[in-house]
Amino acid sequence: MIEWVNTILQGVMLGGLYALFAMGLSLMFGVMRLTNVAHGDFIILTAFAAFAATASLGIHLWIALLLLLPLAFVFGYGLQRGVLNGTLGDDPLPSLVVTFGLSIVIQNLLLETFSADTRSISAMGLETKSVQLAEHLFVGVLPLIIFLIAVAAAAGMQWLFGNTAIGRAFRATSDDKEAAQLMGLDHRHIYALATAIAFVLIAIAGVLQGMRTTIAPSDGPGLLLYAFEAVIIGGMGSFWGTFSGGIILGVAQAIGFRIDPGWGILIGHFVFLAMLIVKPNGLFPKTK
Amino acid sequence: MRLAGQSVFHPSSLLFHPSYLEVLLATKNLVAHYGDFQALFGIDFEVDAGEIIAIIGSNGAGKSTFLKALTGLIGTAREQVAFEGKSIGGLMPGKIVELGIAMVPEGRRLFRSLSVEENLLLGAYTKRAGPWNLEKIFALFPILREKRDVPSTSLSGGQQQMVAIGRALMANPKLLICDELSLGLAPIVVKDIYDALPKITAGGLTAIIVEQDVGLAQRVSSRLYCFQEGKVSLTGKSSDVTREQISAAYFGV
Repeated sequence: MIEWVNTILQGVMLGGLYALFAMGLSLMFGVMRLTNVAHGDFIILTAFAAFAATASLGIHLWIALLLLLPLAFVFGYGLQRGVLNGTLGDDPLPSLVVTFGLSIVIQNLLLETFSADTRSISAMGLETKSVQLAEHLFVGVLPLIIFLIAVAAAAGMQWLFGNTAIGRAFRATSDDKEAAQLMGLDHRHIYALATAIAFVLIAIAGVLQGMRTTIAPSDGPGLLLYAFEAVIIGGMGSFWGTFSGGIILGVAQAIGFRIDPGWGILIGHFVFLAMLIVKPNGLFPKTK
Repeated sequence: MRLAGQSVFHPSSLLFHPSYLEVLLATKNLVAHYGDFQALFGIDFEVDAGEIIAIIGSNGAGKSTFLKALTGLIGTAREQVAFEGKSIGGLMPGKIVELGIAMVPEGRRLFRSLSVEENLLLGAYTKRAGPWNLEKIFALFPILREKRDVPSTSLSGGQQQMVAIGRALMANPKLLICDELSLGLAPIVVKDIYDALPKITAGGLTAIIVEQDVGLAQRVSSRLYCFQEGKVSLTGKSSDVTREQISAAYFGV
C-alpha cells in the first residue's frame, strides 16, 4: 500500500516539472494561438546555457539562474518581435514551419557545441537529500523544490492573468486583437511580452530539468510532447488546468514505471489519448 | 480658426457652421483598399469640435471602411486624414487612440474573458487625462455598477452596448465614433442608449454616429453625410435634408 502512495507521490513531483514545461507553451498558445514547435528545444537550450555557465565558466548556480532569467526574458521578447510576429496570421502554417526550423537549428547548434554526450547541472548536493514524510515514505528535496516552484509558477501566472493590467491586456488581445488595438494596445508588444514571460518559464524548466536528470541536445522534442500532453489533458481554461494536466501525466507515468519500467512513458501517452477521446477540450476547458 | 493651408471641402458647410468652430477631424480625398478591392473613392469629410455628425448609407457603402481608416485599422496615406491639424492617416490604431479618437465598434466587440469592469478599465489603457472614469461611467449607466463583476457576455444586448460605449469613453476621447449602436437591439433599448447621448456629449465631446436608422440619425445629429459606393452622395444640415434627397443619395436613383 505504502509503495503505491509513494509511487503517486513521486508522480506528483514529476508532474510538477511537466507542468512547468507546459505553462510556457500554454501561455504562448493562449495569447496568440502560436504553437511553438521549438518549445522543448528552448528548454534544453537554457539547460545547456546553465550547464555551460556553471560547469565551464564556474559561475555559482544561483547567480547563473539570476543572469539567465532576465536574459531569457529579453531573448523571448526579441524573438517574438523580430521573428515570430511576422509568422502570425490566419494561416497557422508559417509559425509552425518557422518554429520547426528553429528546433532543428537549436538541436544542431547544441550538438556542434556540446557533442551528443548527456550532461547534468550540479544541484550542489541537493540531488541526494530527502525528507521523510511518514514511515517508509520519503521524498527527494530537489523534486519537492521543483514541485513547489511549479505551484508558485501556476499561482503566479494565474494572478498575473487575473489581477494585473498586463494580464487584462493578454486576455483582451487573445479575445479580439482588432478591438484590443482600438483600446490602444499594440498587439506586437503584447505578444512579445507573452513570449518573454514564456521564456522565463522555459528557462526555469530547463535549469530544473538539467538539475533533476540528464540533458542531451536531442531531448527537446520529447519535452515538447510532454508539454503538449499536459496542456491538452488540462485544457486551456486556466494555468491550474495546465498544472493539473502536468500532474496527471506525471502520476500516469509513475504508475506505468511501477508496473513495468518499460511502460512509464507509454502509459502517459495512453492517458493522453484517452483524454482526447473522452474530453477533447481537457479537464478545464476555456469557458465561453 | 481653420486649419492652415487647408481648403474648405464643402463650401455649403460655411452656411451652417460659425467660423469660430475649429475643424477637429478632416479627411481629404480619402481612398482605402482591401487588397485589390477599392472600398473608398476620395472621401472629403470634416467634423468640427463639439458637433455630432451622422453617417448613413446602405450596407457596403463604405461606412465601416471609412471608420477603419479613421481609427487606423486599415492603412491610408498619411495626409488623407487630419486630426487637430496633424496628419494621422495610417498611424497605428494605438497612436490614434492616444491622440484622442475612440470607437464603439460595430457589434460591440466586448472582450468575453473580461468582466464588465475589466472591459471598462481596458478602455483606459492609454491613460489619457479627462473627465471620464469608472465612477462617471457607472453614474451614466447605473446598471453597470451592479453588473461590474460579471462576465461581459452574460449581459443583455443593450447592457453590452452600454459597456462598449463606456469602454470607449474611458479613453477620454475628443472624438467618439459610434458604429451602428442600434444593431441587433430592440427599439426601446435603442431609445435608452440614444437618450444617454446628450449626457455624453454635454462636456463638448465631438461624435460621429454611423446609423442604419435614418430618422434616428437625423434626429441626433447636426449634420449628416450619406455614403454610396465609397463616395459621399449627400451632405448637409440634418434638419434640412429631405426624405427624397436621402432616398436618392441612399439608392442612387
